Amino acid sequence: MIKESLPDRLLKGFFYLSIGLFSLYCLIPFWSVVASSFTSEASIVKNGYMFWPSDFSLDAYKMIFKDNTIYRAYGITTFVTVVGTILSMIFTSAMAYTLSVKSVKYRNHLAFYIYFTMLFHGGLVASYLLISKYLDMKDTIWVLIIPGMISAWNMFLLRNFFASIDDSIAESAKIDGANDVYILFRIILPISLPAMATIGLFYALGYWNKWFDAVLYINDKDLFPLQYLIQRIMNNLDYINQISADISIPNFIPPAMTVRLATTVVTIGPIVFLYPFLQKYFVKGLMVGAVKG
Amino acid sequence: MSNTAVSLPEQPYPKKRKQGKIGAFFSELVKNRFLYLLALPAIIWFFVFAYLPLGGIVIAFQDFRAMQGIFGSEFVGLKNFQFFFQSSDWIKIVTNTVFLNVLFIFFNTLAAIIIAIMVTEMSGKWFKKITQSVMIFPHFLSWTVVAMFVMAFVSTDGGFINQILAMFGIAPVQFLSSPGYWPLILVLLKIWHGAGFGSIVYMATISGINPDIYESASIDGASRIQKIRYITLPLLKPTVILLTILAVGGIFNGDFGMIYAIIGRNPMLYPTTDVIDTYLFRAMMDLGDMSMSAAIGFMQSLVGFILVLTVNYIAKKVAPESAIF
Repeated sequence: MIKESLPDRLLKGFFYLSIGLFSLYCLIPFWSVVASSFTSEASIVKNGYMFWPSDFSLDAYKMIFKDNTIYRAYGITTFVTVVGTILSMIFTSAMAYTLSVKSVKYRNHLAFYIYFTMLFHGGLVASYLLISKYLDMKDTIWVLIIPGMISAWNMFLLRNFFASIDDSIAESAKIDGANDVYILFRIILPISLPAMATIGLFYALGYWNKWFDAVLYINDKDLFPLQYLIQRIMNNLDYINQISADISIPNFIPPAMTVRLATTVVTIGPIVFLYPFLQKYFVKGLMVGAVKG
Repeated sequence: MSNTAVSLPEQPYPKKRKQGKIGAFFSELVKNRFLYLLALPAIIWFFVFAYLPLGGIVIAFQDFRAMQGIFGSEFVGLKNFQFFFQSSDWIKIVTNTVFLNVLFIFFNTLAAIIIAIMVTEMSGKWFKKITQSVMIFPHFLSWTVVAMFVMAFVSTDGGFINQILAMFGIAPVQFLSSPGYWPLILVLLKIWHGAGFGSIVYMATISGINPDIYESASIDGASRIQKIRYITLPLLKPTVILLTILAVGGIFNGDFGMIYAIIGRNPMLYPTTDVIDTYLFRAMMDLGDMSMSAAIGFMQSLVGFILVLTVNYIAKKVAPESAIF
């Protein structure tokens, strides 16, 4: 090992410093919203948002959990995320596997059939009319799942991963009498865990964070997903007025700021808890996809 | 007629080499029937949700009325396009879209490359792990959540930036009515949201570089900065070009999810932030003008398509290894 020169060590120190600062930059907005959500409304109105809850208060959380709107939204979002991710994974991996098997003669045609959709699309109006008018999916929970079910990008990522698996594994299973469906679900998928976890996480987050589809297709209050609820409470105070309606104190000001912040924190919650477990998988999975791609 | 139908099976089965095109097609389908069956749901899905909407492009050439539907509405040729180009809005929204996207692509790529290089040059394992997790995390938050963060920073009463300005005795800035600041704010947000995540691909590329190259450079006495400049950066070039081609194809698509969530319907910020997608959305939802929206959407798709082909063509000439097709 060659000993590093002084400029090299200085440069390294600079790298550490920069990355440290950038990490802080990434963390601070998140931290400040969490801290402010635990502060009393009065304190926020007086002093503004804070980095540290000076006047600790759980009022905003008590308030949003007293009303059933947030539970409903949570239920909708959870259902959409779980069911959607499972369906997406099944269809995406089935297609990706077929495209990765070299004995499939039309796999390049099929790949182009999908690739083309990444290049050219009918636009918002056409999809909107198709989904709302011709498929009549407006105000159903499925409109949050089915139109966005397969991502061509994820499909190709997974195909690259499958293609990197040695053919002889599938070959020998075939000789033992296994059919392709069995090979995919019993052999290929289990050994593709990092890639599956990566794609699964992408899909799950996509469903969890979905709100624009709700803007377009959901008018029924009982079908609002979480992210759309946030969008709504940011743009109008209906929800906040509704949940604070049964508090009959004269001159009561609805806790508009803190309720918004608390709802945001509640939405992020599950991501924060799952993230550390999934992160190692998806960095690995993504690396493999990128290198082989 | 019935004679031929009956006699068909009695004909000798054609040999494989003489099989017709259609016969070969079906025998392939039968041979890999399970695999084609596995792909079938996705094929149908893509047909319904990606190919059927292509038919909706005709709306751009129609005077679309919801009652008559696509099949009953009257054709008006290029009138919808004319209508759009006659309004003075189009120059503004096209400029905004392209300008913001160029800023996003440039600064996000730059930030991602810098992060990737810095992180790979680090040796401390735990520091690397923690900072990497933190930097990737914002990517997983939806723009609606980010919009809430933005409010905490730019809000006039109590936002952090104005709190800090107040500490120095500077008058508060009305961010929500000053369009001039927003390209900068949006770029900073984009970096916050995507640079850490984007750096993964570059890190993967760097980790694929043969370590012997660095080793021999070290023996020759190359400094850290020289190794980055003469080894890492040139070897990153194909990846950078490839990802830029992909990004350029979308240059006519404003990041709707981001901009609509953050700017929403604040007309005061439209001068710098209104992009094709948000304009199209309002034309469709507020004015109910399906035909003009479809015309704008069609142009977006077409220009995007042409851009990808063009950029890819150029890439093929300049750096063949980074072209997509």
